[in-house]
Amino acid sequence: MGLEEKAGNLGFVTTTLEAAVNWGRTNAMWPLTFGLACCAIEMMAAQASDFDLSRFGMEVNRPSPRQADLMIVAGRVSRKMAPVVRQLYDQMSDPKWVIAMGDCASSAGVFNNYAVVQGVDEIVPVDVYVAGCPPRPESLIHGIIMLHEKVKREKLAPRSKANAIRFDESGRQVDRIGSR
Amino acid sequence: MALDNETVKARVQGQFGAAVLEASEYRGDLAFRIQPDDLLPIVLFLRDSADLQYIWLASITGVDYLGRDPRFEVVYHLRSLANQHMVVLKVGVPEAHPHVPSIVPLWPTATYQEREAWDMFGIVFDGHPDLQRILLPEDWDGHVQRKDEPLVYEEVAFSFNHDDVDAQKPYAKE
Repeated sequence: MGLEEKAGNLGFVTTTLEAAVNWGRTNAMWPLTFGLACCAIEMMAAQASDFDLSRFGMEVNRPSPRQADLMIVAGRVSRKMAPVVRQLYDQMSDPKWVIAMGDCASSAGVFNNYAVVQGVDEIVPVDVYVAGCPPRPESLIHGIIMLHEKVKREKLAPRSKANAIRFDESGRQVDRIGSR
Repeated sequence: MALDNETVKARVQGQFGAAVLEASEYRGDLAFRIQPDDLLPIVLFLRDSADLQYIWLASITGVDYLGRDPRFEVVYHLRSLANQHMVVLKVGVPEAHPHVPSIVPLWPTATYQEREAWDMFGIVFDGHPDLQRILLPEDWDGHVQRKDEPLVYEEVAFSFNHDDVDAQKPYAKE
């Protein structure tokens, strides 16, 4: 397959567990299937044959949040939609990442009014912001590759204290802060 | 038979007299300014008279004329399919007592339109079977289309005040 040729006739390859796990996470990162506005059209174009996100293992959109690793918030989030987006995020299993795609998801763009959440980072923690109105598919792909680079540098320790499983004095597991 | 504005104006003013505060015409549309209490009799007359037959409620709209008395206005567009004519009813609603009788018993389609006018302007439609918010979240405070509601939701960040605006932003931690 090519890897053997590069590794020579060694029979085995050594690496760190962290590098191997992060490599696996980047190359099969499944986005959640949903789009909120016109950015979703560009997201679909990025996954279609011209731009072909499957080159990076990103083409499998999962309709269930339980199977998804990545939430691409493509479009403006209305205040009525915000609890729904947050619930979808809470239902995704760890580890999970968020890309705010486009100006509206990043900062509400031109919609500085009562109806739109002023940046989706008010309701979910965002890893990568992609600028553009809407961003070209190349921009989204660039953002996804940036996220891959970020994931490759992650430690195997819990991603944050809030996501860690906590125990009380008697040793029983306490619910995580991050979950509802 | 097609109606014209003069015929309808004479017919309504002849029937209701002083209840019609003002009859105006703008770009061919005939409009009557009336009080909330006179709405139901006039609407019933327009709908059920054999020579008028304004059977179609085209729209209900709320308007906020901030600084004017009465401050609010509810605008009804009625259309007569048989006579190919449209008439506009403008009901002035004072800010102190923003109540208008509901016309849901006459046109079930008024349900959503009256809910929207209540949601956006806070105009109460007496007799509406289920007057609740239709567009905004159920727990929303205020009526956003009023002219004295804030125009922008967040202060616009420029380079000179970016840090102040950013410090007030409620970022999600997890």
